[in-house]
This record gives sequence, structure tokens and C-alpha cells, in this order.
Amino acid sequence: MRNFLSDKVKGIAPSGIRKFFDIVNEMPEAISLGVGEPDFDTPWHVREEGIYSLERGRTFYTSNSGLMPLREEICRYLQRRCQVSYDPKTETLITVGGSEAIDVALRAMLNPGDEVLIPQPSYVSYLPCTVLADGVPVIINLKEENAFKLTRQELLDAITPRTKVLILPFPNNPTGAVMNREELKELVDVIVEKDLFVISDEIYSELSYHGTHVTIASFPEMKERTLLINGFSKAYAMTGWRLGYCCGPKMLIAEMTKIHQYAIMCAPTTSQYAAIEAMRHGDRDVETMRNAYDQRRRFLMARFAEMNLPCFEPHGAFYCFPNISRFGMSSEEFATKLLMEEKVAVVPGTAFGDCGEGFLRISYAYSLESLKEALDRLERFIHRLDENAGK
Amino acid sequence: MREKILALIEKNARIDLHDMAAMLGMEEWELANELARMETENIICGYHTLINWENTSREIVTALIEVKVTPQRGMGFDSIAERIYQYPEVDTVYLMSGAFDFTVILEGKSMRDVAQFVSEKLSIMDAVLSTATHFVLKKYKDHGTVLIKTTKDERMLVTP
Repeated sequence: MRNFLSDKVKGIAPSGIRKFFDIVNEMPEAISLGVGEPDFDTPWHVREEGIYSLERGRTFYTSNSGLMPLREEICRYLQRRCQVSYDPKTETLITVGGSEAIDVALRAMLNPGDEVLIPQPSYVSYLPCTVLADGVPVIINLKEENAFKLTRQELLDAITPRTKVLILPFPNNPTGAVMNREELKELVDVIVEKDLFVISDEIYSELSYHGTHVTIASFPEMKERTLLINGFSKAYAMTGWRLGYCCGPKMLIAEMTKIHQYAIMCAPTTSQYAAIEAMRHGDRDVETMRNAYDQRRRFLMARFAEMNLPCFEPHGAFYCFPNISRFGMSSEEFATKLLMEEKVAVVPGTAFGDCGEGFLRISYAYSLESLKEALDRLERFIHRLDENAGK
Repeated sequence: MREKILALIEKNARIDLHDMAAMLGMEEWELANELARMETENIICGYHTLINWENTSREIVTALIEVKVTPQRGMGFDSIAERIYQYPEVDTVYLMSGAFDFTVILEGKSMRDVAQFVSEKLSIMDAVLSTATHFVLKKYKDHGTVLIKTTKDERMLVTP
């Protein structure tokens, strides 16, 4: 039989997290700080709206772009929270999670050979989605000394005549880095001058702990060249509902809608009804969760300082990204040893790009009790390493 | 800040002071002072334990009693309430709006125990017009805490 598989797909490496997942899965007694989703349940009023929609028999397809009332709520929300206005009819598309929007956007924009700038460490799907869309990924290695923000110079250095798209993943998974208005402003004129298009993945926007989130789309000159991606997973603890959205220029949304229409048809109907409720009455839930994450974040930073583990202060998402380079081990070695010896699972920074070497991603989407226990173990582990090194 | 402190200890009175200070971005002594102040100001009135007696061998009966009273000259609701809440078996007393005046919650060893309290202590008070006693059959949620624990982390152990 001949080989039926695509060379392109075969060439894509499986997610680095996968390998680690397989090891952790063999150790049910391990405490995991490796999860990239909220520990909260979806707020009950939102779940109930989903149940109610099922009871009423709303089990059919919606329009390709998604339910109009949901698109309207999203546009109202973006106006209210980010001061950007979009037309729900022509500039908004409801997708299956933010992930679908990333994939479809790249497919709708890239011609073979077009370069996509991907700042790393960052979420695992930008690179493979670029490759699948025949684009050429160009990695920008973000630095700890810049608090893992993208600087103007780093951007300039990476641009070539073939550069078409810049991915802006802030607030960032795995580093927790956030870019504020001034820092974004530094990039804007470069983006405009070099005629780039931005895919801004803002899925963690509601989890910003130092001032409210700023979207690059809110710069007037940027709106026509930005696709804003967001969703319900992180803000409303709705990961399993698989619901996201994107807003951007009419022309792009129209092309994206074509791909979405043929590949997906529409986002899950039940999730869309639940999401309307989340948008209308979910502000307090978001506030409560943000507050809880923020407290855990401070707790983690204090504990890291006590155990002498350097970690730049994350201002968003629910991750810390401590620097473990002083132990003379690779991230993967450190994470594996920590798992074997103390039964604590964290994700090696390298799962999010080569420049994640020397770092760990520690998620604080866990109860305080779990965090305390896990950090006690981590501290024990670090002390042992330091003792062995004769410090 | 007080609200944040209260929100934390409302759900977990045993939270470590050191941890709580870190979570709130306060100094430990600052937090200790604030807690002490709220204790003297009677904002924090106690640090109780929420016990699900159903899971112990101890038999306990909880009753909710609606009480109608007639306040009299020199004896308003507050002093009637005091005569009721002074009994140690009375757990809770609220003044209510609506069809009756007080909600009295009490815990006894048995229904007879409760009945005795109502007939021999509560009903005979001059100010008390009538009582209606309701027994609690099952507690699902108390003080914002679901008593039937089924929570288990069902998330995958490692996800991107």
C-alpha cells in the first residue's frame, strides 16, 4: 500500500506537552500544576442557560457566523471593555474556541512562502497552523529581561520583505506577560510602516492584574490590520464548551467565514446560547475569578521569593514562569526529576518554544490547598538540589 | 481591603496568616492588626467550624420556628428577642419582615427536645402570640458550602 499521509503533516512535531502528559498520566498520585484551563466550574447561571436551550430543543445549526444576539453581545462587550467597535453582521465570526480562529485566520491570509512572526514562548498551535497554511514561521525569541514582552527592536529585526503576519499573544501563555498601551504603541508604527497584519490572541484578556487589558485593535490605525481573537474558555471557565470568536476587517472575516462554513458549519449551538448569558450577566463571575487568580499569583510569587527561585512577575493569565537555569539542568530534566522525586507535575518551558529553555510553566488554576502542597514539595526539591550543589 | 480579608476568612477561618498576607499583598503585621481591629469592632464575631453532623454518630434535630409576638410598652422587639436568644439551645434569632416576626433556629437532641422547648419555654412567654415549628429534613448547603461533597478535579493532568 502506498503512503497516504501528507508530507507536510508528517513533518509537524507532536506537541511537546503530549510527551509529558503521557508520563504524568502514569502517576495518578502526582499533584499537577500543569493544566492550562481554569479550575472553576462554569458559573451555574451560564450552565443553566445551556441546559434550558437543550430543553427547548434548540439543537439545530445556527448561521455560519453564529447567533446574531451573541455576535451583538460580543460587539457590545468589546466596545464596553476595550473601546473598539465592530459590526456584528460583517466583522464578527463565532468559532470553535479561539484555536479555530487562529487556524482559519492563517489559512485565509497566507500564500505559500509568506512569513508569520511568532513570538515565543507562546501557545503551541501558532507554528503548526502556520505550516499547515503553507506559511513560513519566523520565531522571535522573547527575553526574560524584557519581561517577555515584544520590543520594537525585536520586531524590526525579524521583519523581511516576505513578512505578512505578526502574532501577538498577550496576555501570554506560558509566561503571563502582558503588554500595556505604551508598549504596544512602540510597535504600531513599525507594523503600519511595514504593512503587516496582526493576529492578536487575547484569550486571557480578562485575566489582567495590573490595569485593564488593552487591545492593539484600539489604536485607530491598527483596526483595519488586526484580527482580534478572544473566547469564553478562560474568562468564564468554559473550556469544554469550545467557543471563541474573532473580530476584524470585513474582507478577512468574509474569507474566514468561507473556510469555517466548509470545515465546521457553525460553533456548537448549546454553547452559543450559554455564551449569550455569560456576556449579559457574567461580569461578576469574571471579577470573582480574576480576584482569586490574582491572590494565588501573589501567593506563588511570595513563595518563590522565599525559596529563592527567580521569577519575573506575571501580570496576566494564570501562569508563572520561574527561571530554573541556575540548577544546571534542562527544563525537561528538571520537570521530570521533580515529577519523579516529589510527584509534582509542571510543564517544561521548552514545550512553548526553544527559548523556554531554563524555565518552567507553573499554572495557578488550582485551589490554594493544592498550590500549598505542591509548593512545599517544590521547595523541598530545590533545597535538595542546592544542598547537593554545596550551596 | 477589609472586604477582601473578610471574603477570604469567611470561607476559610483557618487560613495561614502568612499566606493570606501574601495573597493580599500586605505585610503580616498589617493584616494581624486589621483582623484584631475588626474583632474589637464586632465585625468578626467568631471563627466557627461548619460541621456536617449527619456524618457523625451524633443525632441532632434542627428546627426553624416562626414566632409571632406582640411588642408591648417598654418591651420592643429587641427585648423580646433577647429573652429568646438567651437560651443556649437557640442557635439563631432573626427579626423578619412579613407574616411573622422572628425566625428562631434551634438544635436539639430529638424532636421531643425541640417540642419541649417550644411548649415550655417559648410559647409561654407573655409577648409570644403563636409559633409554627418546621423541622429540617436534610441540609444540602450551609453557609455557602455544599455539604454533599462530590467535587473531584476531572481536568486532564497536563494541557497546553
